[in-house]
Amino acid sequence: MDEKLGRIRRQQAAAPGIMMAKKKISDKPSSTGEDRESVVIRFAGDSGDGMQLTGRQFSNTSAIAGNDISTLPDFPAEIRAPAGSIPGVSAYQIHFSSVDILTPGDEPEVLVAMNPAALKSNLHDLKPDGRVIVNTDAFTGANLKKANYEASPLDDGTLASFQVIAIPIATLNAKALEGIDLPRKEADRSKNLWALGLLYWLYDRPLEPTLRWLERKFAGNDILIEANRTALLAGYAYAEASEIFTTHFRVREALIAPGRYRKITGNEALVLGCVAAGILAKTQVIYASYPITPASEILHGLSTYRRLGVRTVQAEDEIAAMGMVVGAAFGGGLAVTGTSGPGLALKAEAINLAVMAELPCVIINVQRAGPSTGMPTKTEQGDLLQAVFGRNGESPVAVLAQSTPSDGFDVVLEAFRTAVRHMVPVIILSDGYLGNGAEPWKIPDIESLEPIDMFHPEGGGKPFHPYERAADTLARPWAIPGTAGLEHRIGGLEKEDVTGDVSYDPANHQRMTDLRREKLKKIADFYPPVEVDGDGEGDLLVLSWGSTFGAVRTAVGKCRGEGRSVSHVHLRHVHPFPNDLGEIIGRFGRVLIPELNGGQLLFLIRSAYLVGAEGLNKVEGRPFMVAEVASRIREMT
Amino acid sequence: MIDRSKNRATPTRKDFQSNQEVRWCPACGDYSILSQVQKIVPTLGIEKEKFVFVSGIGCSSRFPYYMNTYGFHTIHGRAPTIATGLKVANPDLSVWVITGDGDALSIGGNHLIHALRRNMDIKILLFNNRIYGLTKGQYSPTSEQGKKTKSTPAGSPDYPVHPVSLALAAEATFVARAIDTDTKHLAGVIERAARHRGSAFIEIFQNCNIFNDGAFDEFKARDVRDERVVRLEQGKPVRFGKEGGRGIRLRNCTLEAVSSGPGEEPPDCIVHDEKSRSFIAYMLARMEYPEFPVAIGVFRDLEKPTYGELLDEQGDFRIAGDTAEALRSLLHTGETWVVGNE
Repeated sequence: MDEKLGRIRRQQAAAPGIMMAKKKISDKPSSTGEDRESVVIRFAGDSGDGMQLTGRQFSNTSAIAGNDISTLPDFPAEIRAPAGSIPGVSAYQIHFSSVDILTPGDEPEVLVAMNPAALKSNLHDLKPDGRVIVNTDAFTGANLKKANYEASPLDDGTLASFQVIAIPIATLNAKALEGIDLPRKEADRSKNLWALGLLYWLYDRPLEPTLRWLERKFAGNDILIEANRTALLAGYAYAEASEIFTTHFRVREALIAPGRYRKITGNEALVLGCVAAGILAKTQVIYASYPITPASEILHGLSTYRRLGVRTVQAEDEIAAMGMVVGAAFGGGLAVTGTSGPGLALKAEAINLAVMAELPCVIINVQRAGPSTGMPTKTEQGDLLQAVFGRNGESPVAVLAQSTPSDGFDVVLEAFRTAVRHMVPVIILSDGYLGNGAEPWKIPDIESLEPIDMFHPEGGGKPFHPYERAADTLARPWAIPGTAGLEHRIGGLEKEDVTGDVSYDPANHQRMTDLRREKLKKIADFYPPVEVDGDGEGDLLVLSWGSTFGAVRTAVGKCRGEGRSVSHVHLRHVHPFPNDLGEIIGRFGRVLIPELNGGQLLFLIRSAYLVGAEGLNKVEGRPFMVAEVASRIREMT
Repeated sequence: MIDRSKNRATPTRKDFQSNQEVRWCPACGDYSILSQVQKIVPTLGIEKEKFVFVSGIGCSSRFPYYMNTYGFHTIHGRAPTIATGLKVANPDLSVWVITGDGDALSIGGNHLIHALRRNMDIKILLFNNRIYGLTKGQYSPTSEQGKKTKSTPAGSPDYPVHPVSLALAAEATFVARAIDTDTKHLAGVIERAARHRGSAFIEIFQNCNIFNDGAFDEFKARDVRDERVVRLEQGKPVRFGKEGGRGIRLRNCTLEAVSSGPGEEPPDCIVHDEKSRSFIAYMLARMEYPEFPVAIGVFRDLEKPTYGELLDEQGDFRIAGDTAEALRSLLHTGETWVVGNE
């Protein structure tokens, strides 16, 4: 700590005239440290206040400091809703811990509220007796009115049950930045860094990662680097010197597996997975997509990987993106698109062409709250049945679910392996919570990544039959244009078995429909056995899929710790189901299926296994809290 | 692309005929177009396996089944998107889109515009018969206003779209028009499209003898066509009529048809310039009988970098180094940290 303070002072000395807090920084730490296992905090402010950036910096720093982290960004769909209004509030919750954690936490213990609207819309989540740090400068009459406060909550007892730390953040920040050649309005933009500095002191975070980031972010603009650095240091020094906090907290390094780590969001993991798939298949990846929240980051990310063999196309619409994917698959590329629910609806027609033409491709659906445009930036698991069934005719596709942000890497690799091995389209279901949420990721051992086998037949004089199938997978050959001697025609019309010629023969249509379904079922022969968390039999099985993994696994663990007979199965393979799933379900007295939808896996499980499973369902645009799931488990056990 | 292996025999028209029985109605205009394409493609110096014919839905879209090449009979209106994906994945292929007036201009209008404006190196043949054939006779987006069909018993209120105007406006770099029965001219235009580098679009007037028979007869019939059709030729005055006695000139920013006296040349005719970006191509494309002769030939032929060329200019897509190196460069770039011992 001494070393760090010394460093800050040196940095201040290097920027003369920038003294932030009125109190002098003493030579010895003014407070004592206290160890904490896990902490949940939330930054909330106006969309223009830079809360997402602040939250990301805090999580990066915490990850680099060795904590396990899990994050929950929550921002409006509007780019810049009216300043100070409740719809314009943007928030970022971070759970950082010295133990393995799986969720962004139920209740923050600290809420940073940069304005009244942020306080209003986030206070109800704050832990009883939690700390609320408010920027008093923003608590003006006009802002209070915009947040529908009749009187200032700072004075009227609204905050009586919390520890209130009221600080004129904007004023103090402006003072700290005096002497830097920036207009006040510009200077004010760095007040989020001031708040970040304050929290860095409170939780004993290193400053270097953010200082390094500022150098990169504002490279070439020394004034902005200086201003933001000064703001960060000023907030830090203020916390240390002002004695508003009696102590600060330490969250030790998490005892996680040794290795090299990086912080990763769900969308970033999908990007890395797509690029890795191309490298492992020694084939170019073609990603065609139309921008849509919350999947656009995948397009942005992949467009930077040309040097690793990725071609991206921003299509004219969702339909075109899927058409391009089908065309690229026909051409022998690893073809993938990304979208969200409304886009998946538009893609149904071309996905069905891939089903009929039996071409391998991957469709990533970062789900969001629906129906229709719904709530673009809010999470939901509402597209499971759309993915499984949402096409005309008997149209089987494989559906995989991503379970954590970093799992995106593995799920994409599996999707490509499945698509190529079985010649089917594979849909990956992610969601906004996974896409934007972040966690530390242990970079996989490169030697452990197996190649993706691509097999394209060569012409050899024999007549070529485009619908002659492999025995183990029922996959048809992937003959690609440009191969001499294998010229053939495919399309959306029903094919004659083996030859692939157009056929309207009744018995043939039955046979081909059966074959397509049978081929899909065979995918399950390649799954590993289902993992049961907890005992292999008992009173209650909690069955979940996708992004609810963390909350459900944590809740089940807690309840088992209370002596309850409860186990957990989390499904990666939602279509087709694993071969051993039915038997596992049969070993439990009751089945609970928590989902962020109206009961879609529940529908599929009841229908597949004729079991009286029960649902725990909500669609509030946000993930389950551990407490919600645990409370239902307690009711049932 | 002209990289034919020396010891392989030059393909012939027969090599491009598939074993599938052609199932268009007898006397359909599609036969003639199929025949001209089968005649031209062997002459292009491209290996047979590099041709891919992609189509959407409609009578014309059955075309790929009759070509003994790679073919993909896709979904309604979306052929340009599938062709685009294919060309992006495999730039060495010669990719053709076979489409109709409903497929390309109604359900697939958006995709047509964007494939053309990107200057994708694909060849789009639009068979325009001004009717929906496969769904048995509803009006199409190119049907004339007032057309009485099964779906418009009182006559269609829709104003038609002009395919060539649309293609010009969509920034296609090669835009042409031909007539199914004028086979020699059609073959010439197809060959030029095939050799064009970039997006090529041909509107082909194609007779549907079942649902819209004789749609183009008033100007294309043998006995009247010299007076009612004008063939555009690069660098030559736009003239028509017996012995070129009539012509098209520009007056007060509009076109007008002029006639000459016996033995004279019509005065002030426009000299056709395919390389021009001016509005004249657009005006020529919109000439309609009886006010004007109908123009056929190449309206525009511009050189412009293609989508693929522009992408290649931005950098190399090939992965440098071996698999392990590439993976390390992917996964270990950016901020990383070590827990315990690595």
